[in-house]
Amino acid sequence: MAAFEIKVDPGVYDSAMLDSIKKVEATRPSRIGAELRRMSAEEKEDVLRRFHPDYREDGFAVLRVGPNKGEKVPSELCDLLEGRSRVLGVKVDVAHPDYDTDVLIIGGGGAGASAAIEASEGGARTMIVTKLRIGDANTMMAEGGIQAADKPNDSPLIHYLDALGGGHFYNKPELLKKLVMEAPEAIQWLNKLGVMFDKDADGTMVTTHGGGTSRKRMHACADYSGAEIMRVLRDEVINRGIQIVDFTAAIELVLDDRGQCAGAVLRNMETGELRVARAKAVIIATGGAGRLHYQGFPTSNHYGATADGLILGYRAGAKLLYADTIQYHPTGVAYPEQMLGALVTEKVRSCGAQLVNVDGIAFMNPLETRDVTAASIIRECKERGKGVPTPLGSAIWLDTPMIEELGGKGTIEKRIPGMLRMYSKFGIDMRLTPILIYPTLHYQNGGLDVTDKSMTNIPGLFVAGEAAGGVHGRNRLMGNSLLDVIVFGRNAGKFASAYVPDVRLGVPTLAHVEKFQAELSAAGVKSKVESPLLLPSYTHGNPKFADTIKWGHAEL
Amino acid sequence: MDKMVNIYIAGKQYTVPDSLTIMNAMEYAGYRHIRGCGCRAGFCGACATIYRIKGDSELRFCLACQTKVQDNMYIASLPFFPTQKQTYDIEKVKPDQTVMMELYPEIYSCIGCNACTKACPQGLPVMQYIAYAQRGEYEKCAEASFDCIACGMCSARCPAGITHPMVSLLARRLYGKYIAPESEHVDNRVDEVLRGDYDALIKELSEKPLDELKEMYNHREIEK
Repeated sequence: MAAFEIKVDPGVYDSAMLDSIKKVEATRPSRIGAELRRMSAEEKEDVLRRFHPDYREDGFAVLRVGPNKGEKVPSELCDLLEGRSRVLGVKVDVAHPDYDTDVLIIGGGGAGASAAIEASEGGARTMIVTKLRIGDANTMMAEGGIQAADKPNDSPLIHYLDALGGGHFYNKPELLKKLVMEAPEAIQWLNKLGVMFDKDADGTMVTTHGGGTSRKRMHACADYSGAEIMRVLRDEVINRGIQIVDFTAAIELVLDDRGQCAGAVLRNMETGELRVARAKAVIIATGGAGRLHYQGFPTSNHYGATADGLILGYRAGAKLLYADTIQYHPTGVAYPEQMLGALVTEKVRSCGAQLVNVDGIAFMNPLETRDVTAASIIRECKERGKGVPTPLGSAIWLDTPMIEELGGKGTIEKRIPGMLRMYSKFGIDMRLTPILIYPTLHYQNGGLDVTDKSMTNIPGLFVAGEAAGGVHGRNRLMGNSLLDVIVFGRNAGKFASAYVPDVRLGVPTLAHVEKFQAELSAAGVKSKVESPLLLPSYTHGNPKFADTIKWGHAEL
Repeated sequence: MDKMVNIYIAGKQYTVPDSLTIMNAMEYAGYRHIRGCGCRAGFCGACATIYRIKGDSELRFCLACQTKVQDNMYIASLPFFPTQKQTYDIEKVKPDQTVMMELYPEIYSCIGCNACTKACPQGLPVMQYIAYAQRGEYEKCAEASFDCIACGMCSARCPAGITHPMVSLLARRLYGKYIAPESEHVDNRVDEVLRGDYDALIKELSEKPLDELKEMYNHREIEK
């Protein structure tokens, strides 16, 4: 195939950037093949404490009600957890459902689709509700890959230790065990569904390192790994005839009078019509929270990543775990501004690109864990003043031409074509010039607390994927999230379908919503917003909307 | 201060900064997306958009999240297009030519106009991969179509009513499942795990005291 042609925009980098690029080019030959030192445990601790956003006190607030009362969470999440329910003052007849199913899955991403396939395989009547289209999810955007210890020099034990250390030893052991032990089977399952993994001619999977891995166990489908997995899962869900109700959000869970989860109140995103789904088990698979823009960070997340499932679960009495720990991906696009916050996959570093400052110095090993790498980039810019100035702040070079020098011409097009295409649309050829990056809000390490059967403390309420917490401790490794959505999506689907035959639902009720509201009043909390949020709102600095639209909803 | 340009969203004029993407310019104008917006990063195909610059006869195709606005741009969003998705059992289909003939016979009505290729915002050789599918050359079809994001603009332009993204998705699944070489090392490891080879070891590891785990982690060998 002919090489991908790019029309380079000569004006895209300003003169200061071009000067800095010359320095990057000047040091490149000496950096190639040079081993960059790894930080000691003490050095990592220091940079995290001083520069990681999770350590900024002013970014957090303490919950005043609910199961995690007294614990801190990001301020924006706190506002939503303490928000006003969308069903208050609205007539909702939960006794007469519009849908009746065994397993109701909220969310149509990787976890939701995997859960649906397994729940239907288990014989349960299964239904997916999703507020956008099925497949509109962070899974679709996962570029780099999926971990699994399936090479001869690797084992689930080594994978366990890598993920445990990466998570700062906070991972729930029973969840982490399941993640690593079922990883090879997850790859096999996807392969049998027809996912096109990168393989050598003899069938050996092409695997690379990710930040914090001690073995090359990152499986990939070019840099469309998540997209390839998601489109196959979506196709399989449709082939199986599983009911999908799209453009419909769950806005509240329904419990029964015995405290079992019994369904959800649904809202048509376009018409506003409310409907009720009755279900013997509910799986929350609503994903992450990047669109809440904690601490003003841009995000690599999908448009719908607004933590809805956390709000629904919390109001119904489910506990959160590690909701105060957020992953900032070290390499979000910092420039050009049209792509601000978009993900530059870690695979770019796996393939050999180094992180280089304004003077052309590679200031760290590019494959430290994500939290350490992000904090080090922030330090390089904020404390050491060695960032490259851009219109929106300062940034660091990711020296992509190194990849071609290390792997040979054509490596970028073959291994990271999505990145090449994204930059090409804005006149940058990353094979020829380095690119500018800065940390971007990427992942919710914590979430709702679950058992190894994916169930919360509420009978019949399951959670899978990014909405669940614990498996990754306080920092997730690259490639363990795609793995998480497959392993625990399937896990939730299997256990939910096994759970439903013995369930006898009582009288459905929304009493928990009123009770939560009463607790808010008793604690003197005045809700600032309606929640769940459902979608963010952007006006891109249009002064006409400065005061009228915030959060996209009427301010309370 | 940004330079301002005039754009026309579904024919209505708005003045927006020229630094914005079409997606962001619509929000700047006051739109709030429900349809036509997904990953905002070029991977999901939700924001298929057709535009024309005033005075220019050429119709252009793009993703709203990946394209900057220009002066006098007439914009039409295509958030949904009625594509034809056939259902099948992946365990039962065979990776030969007959499966396409049965499920997507319309691909043989391709008139070779190449409008699909011209409409692809990913720059894929769409008509070419349909030709591969016609001949049952699924490996070639899979590779040529791999970066498809299923935005559907090819299908919207097709006079033969072909649903290209669904055809190539089937080809890729057939290739991934039946044609690509098998990965023995994966199957071996799955067998080991299912046999219980790691059960005692992982239990032992997970029950080690924290200090010992930290020691092991900080001194683990890292593959070059």
